[in-house]
Amino acid sequence: MTADPVAEAFREEFGRAVSILIRALGDFDLAEDAVQEAFAVAAERWPRDGVPTSPGAWIVTTARNRAIDRLRRERTLETKRAELARLTELAPDEEDDDVSTVPDERLALIFTCCHPALSVDPQGALTLRLLGGLTTPEIARAFLTGEATMAQRLVRAKHKIRAAGIPFRVPPDDALPERLEAVLATVYLIFNAGYSDVRNELSAEAIRLGRTLTRLMPDEPEALGLLALMLLHDSRRGTRLDDQGAIVLLEDQDRSRWDEAEIEEGRALVESALRRRRPGRYQLQAAIAACHTGETSDWPQIVLLYDELLALHPSPVVELNRSVAVAMAAGPEHGLAAADAVTGLEDYRYLHSTRADLLLRLGRDDEARAAYARALELTPEGAEREFLTGRLSSL
Amino acid sequence: MQYMCLIYDEESTWANMPEDERNAAYAEYMTFTQAIKDSGNHVAGDALQPISTATSVRVRNGETLVTDGPFAETKEQLGGYYLVEAKDVDEALKIAERIPSARYGTIEVRPVVVWEE
Repeated sequence: MTADPVAEAFREEFGRAVSILIRALGDFDLAEDAVQEAFAVAAERWPRDGVPTSPGAWIVTTARNRAIDRLRRERTLETKRAELARLTELAPDEEDDDVSTVPDERLALIFTCCHPALSVDPQGALTLRLLGGLTTPEIARAFLTGEATMAQRLVRAKHKIRAAGIPFRVPPDDALPERLEAVLATVYLIFNAGYSDVRNELSAEAIRLGRTLTRLMPDEPEALGLLALMLLHDSRRGTRLDDQGAIVLLEDQDRSRWDEAEIEEGRALVESALRRRRPGRYQLQAAIAACHTGETSDWPQIVLLYDELLALHPSPVVELNRSVAVAMAAGPEHGLAAADAVTGLEDYRYLHSTRADLLLRLGRDDEARAAYARALELTPEGAEREFLTGRLSSL
Repeated sequence: MQYMCLIYDEESTWANMPEDERNAAYAEYMTFTQAIKDSGNHVAGDALQPISTATSVRVRNGETLVTDGPFAETKEQLGGYYLVEAKDVDEALKIAERIPSARYGTIEVRPVVVWEE
């Protein structure tokens, strides 16, 4: 048990409670408010009366009672009768109040939050809000926007769900693969928002969401793949930057400081996903990340995995990443040839920094200098820029 | 719920189509219209005359101003609509993607306001 059982229950139970209340009420705002209130009551009572045996069920029951109070006060008789009936069904026996057997509705909730009728930013924001229970200021920080803008975006998204008739449900089988892709992309976006900026709490939230998805969809290999990918990346978090905040390349990272538990779990997840023989982009990227976790990276295997990834999802960025693996597996001249064969990335800074690095290894310093200069032109202020400047001046 | 499916495409595409292609496209529209009538989703639907026939009117400070042309000059124009009955946005989008113009233009799907008593 952690120091703060309310905070722990909040992280574990918020999304589940909100999803159950939405199912019963059909009203996102009322559900969210009722669950918030229930946690406020918990913060007051649990330290005094002790933590209930089933905190999640306690929260749902309390939130339900709050919602019933609000409905009795606010709604006209006709509209509230149906809602009250559904709410009461959540715990048919008032005496016993056991809602621990109510089905988990988080999957319906995340599919609703990630509905394609909403654009990508509101999808991520709503997911963080309704499943993760993050506050508006926290979400605004995550998406690097102002609080007022984020508050407005959340209000607009919830309004659209209601007004446009976005259904609260897991999509039917024929639409599932496409819709699942949007859900996984949203979770990965949240992870990357935390990873690129080293904002740990966001990445931790994404991993928690990924874990929830694998529990709710245990037979979905891409959900397993995504969780594995996030864990394997996260295992290297502590070694990506040095004490001055400068970037440390993978080959120079202190592997003894990588998180062993995350690596082990990530590797086991990739293996169990790939055994299902339905490969996808997250499983393959996770498999590539897993190839880096040994004493040394298994470059020939990484090239093969990139080939498989490209066959499924052709992309110039993936081709560029493959050229790096080719260089490591077969030598810089082969890597450079592969990088030069990539088209459509003329304004992509990593194309130029990759070429610069390979040219340097081949002793073609003048060309390397020109490529570093081009990469610098395309790189904004920050740790990456300092890294490139350092490379250029050492030539 | 009712959804309005607004059909935007380039009038020039239709104008420049060889006649047999245009006839085929019309036939496809008729088949689609019949299909959503049979399924009970059809509430209303019409094609509009081209924007060269449009007139816009606005009243400012009590003065009526009439101008020749559409509300806005855009690359794609509102060319017609279907008003459909659907249980949620997913069903409405499934219907909208079957409108022939979805393949060369864009269908904007908007829920219709239900006024509460």
